[in-house]
Amino acid sequence: MACIEARGLRKSFGKTVALDGIDLKVEPGRILGLIGPNGAGKSTALNAILGLVPYEGNLRVLGRNPWTERNKLMQDVCFIADVAVLPRWMRVTQALDYVEGVHPRFDRAKAEAFLARTTIKRTSKVRELSKGMVTQLHLALVMAIDAKVLVLDEPTLGLDLLYRKQFYDSLLNDYFDHSRTIVVTTHQVEEVQHILTDLMFINRGRIVLECSMEAFEERYAELTVNPANLAAARALKPIYERQAFGRTALLFDNADRAQLSALGEVRTPSIGDLFVAVMGTDNSAPKGAVAA
Amino acid sequence: MSIEADVGTSPAARAVAPATPAQTRPFAWSVRRELWEYRSSWIAPLAAAGFVLFGVSMGLMRMTHASRMISSLPPEKQAAIHMIPYAIAAAAIGLTSTIVAISYCLGTLNNERRDRSILFWKSMPVSDLTTLLAKASLPLVVLPLIAFVVTCTTQLVMLLLGAGAQLAHGHDSAQAWATVPLHLMWAFDFYILATLTLWYAPIYAWLLVVSGWARRGAFLWATLPPLALCVVEKLAFDTSYAWDLVRYRLGGSFHEAFVNMGPHPFGQHQMNFRLPQADPEKFFSAPGLWLGLAVAAALFALAIYLRRRRELV
Repeated sequence: MACIEARGLRKSFGKTVALDGIDLKVEPGRILGLIGPNGAGKSTALNAILGLVPYEGNLRVLGRNPWTERNKLMQDVCFIADVAVLPRWMRVTQALDYVEGVHPRFDRAKAEAFLARTTIKRTSKVRELSKGMVTQLHLALVMAIDAKVLVLDEPTLGLDLLYRKQFYDSLLNDYFDHSRTIVVTTHQVEEVQHILTDLMFINRGRIVLECSMEAFEERYAELTVNPANLAAARALKPIYERQAFGRTALLFDNADRAQLSALGEVRTPSIGDLFVAVMGTDNSAPKGAVAA
Repeated sequence: MSIEADVGTSPAARAVAPATPAQTRPFAWSVRRELWEYRSSWIAPLAAAGFVLFGVSMGLMRMTHASRMISSLPPEKQAAIHMIPYAIAAAAIGLTSTIVAISYCLGTLNNERRDRSILFWKSMPVSDLTTLLAKASLPLVVLPLIAFVVTCTTQLVMLLLGAGAQLAHGHDSAQAWATVPLHLMWAFDFYILATLTLWYAPIYAWLLVVSGWARRGAFLWATLPPLALCVVEKLAFDTSYAWDLVRYRLGGSFHEAFVNMGPHPFGQHQMNFRLPQADPEKFFSAPGLWLGLAVAAALFALAIYLRRRRELV
């Protein structure tokens, strides 16, 4: 059974369509990156999955209807919606006590062990912690919950590089195993590229690209072309072209790698470059994007 | 945070973990967390008690002259005079508790949306019904109980202080015990708090609804529209049903809960002070009580609906 399955998922706020009938299927053990510009509908999709907003269409998370069964679903689904949601008046010990008191799958010893590796004091209030520490605390709470699905909505927003790196390291090393599923949205795509197993681009309420990372690596190639071969490379119909350090980088979809490597240096593109390319051709080019 | 996996959850480790999830008590913990967040719910009544006791101590220090005058009065008038400070103490603590309840109801659903902590609360397996029951239990159960315990304790301390002062002035302290029937006073405290709380239930529910609905200015939304209704009614129809209704709801519990209250429920003159006589039968057969509770239930359901659907502020 798929962990998350949506068919024709639709949500509008007044006249604004936030989700325009998307289909989605996430299998257990996957780490899905949901990438899109601001206002693309990512958070709306996550909120629907978490039972925070009503929606139209068919949506099942772990076999349950999130809107009507949110409190049962939350026994198996955790989320960090962004760093600012832990109540600021709460003490660290109170957070541990509370989650232990209401969550049947919370393992306090595990959370304590995780916190012991940080500099967070038990008696501190959330408002006294730095932004990075608040995220560490939230992660400690969430990682100690034996959940099947973890939803992260911009979990590392506003954190410095060190905390961001630690966040994903902890998640991968201490938490993730192949019985869990993680869905993450972020703008810091380069940091999640190596941890994702699946990739989904979403724009204006629609899915514009959906593939596994293996498929991504097979399908897309970036050629840093030797200037002399530029015309030949362009003839192979790149989907996107950009200038980097005086050289031209071309992005190809389903091109023959052997053919490309004759023209210059070939590598797997970053998700960020593909994102700009795909969003650029999605007829709403953000400024600066070059549609090829 | 480091990258060692010493607290990691290997599949093997999880296989030996108990299959039955731990027992949880979402309601009790939801109430407890409200008390953590709104510490004024117990600090304010305690502070009121502190001020009362401070005032009483000051009063006792300059009591000698007055007490000589009082001791020349007939015994039943003496008893009445002795009761006054106890009634003031109960009123001060009860009023404080009511103000705290109003402030709590107006704030709670608004604040959690404002600071986005609602996303954290909703990430826990606690239903909106449980959450709202916990929130409603504060003004309806927890705060009145705190007020009751604090009032009783304060009155006991007042009695001890009074007896101590009597002894210090060479009087027989047994007199203080005899003139103040503590158990009756406590029963009276309980009755008045219980009836007032039941009577105010629709007010608290209305404030919860406004708190869950308004983006900002919850206090203004809660108070000005009813006021506007009264003014419009008066000007348009020259009637005052709305105003009467508001007045009845604000002050009617004393009228319904006691026998023959008259315009000045606690006696027109200090010398005539007596405990008003409770009339539970009258109170529990008053249509105003049951209509109010029905309205409270409807508004409570609306507050649950709003918490489920209302977006962040």
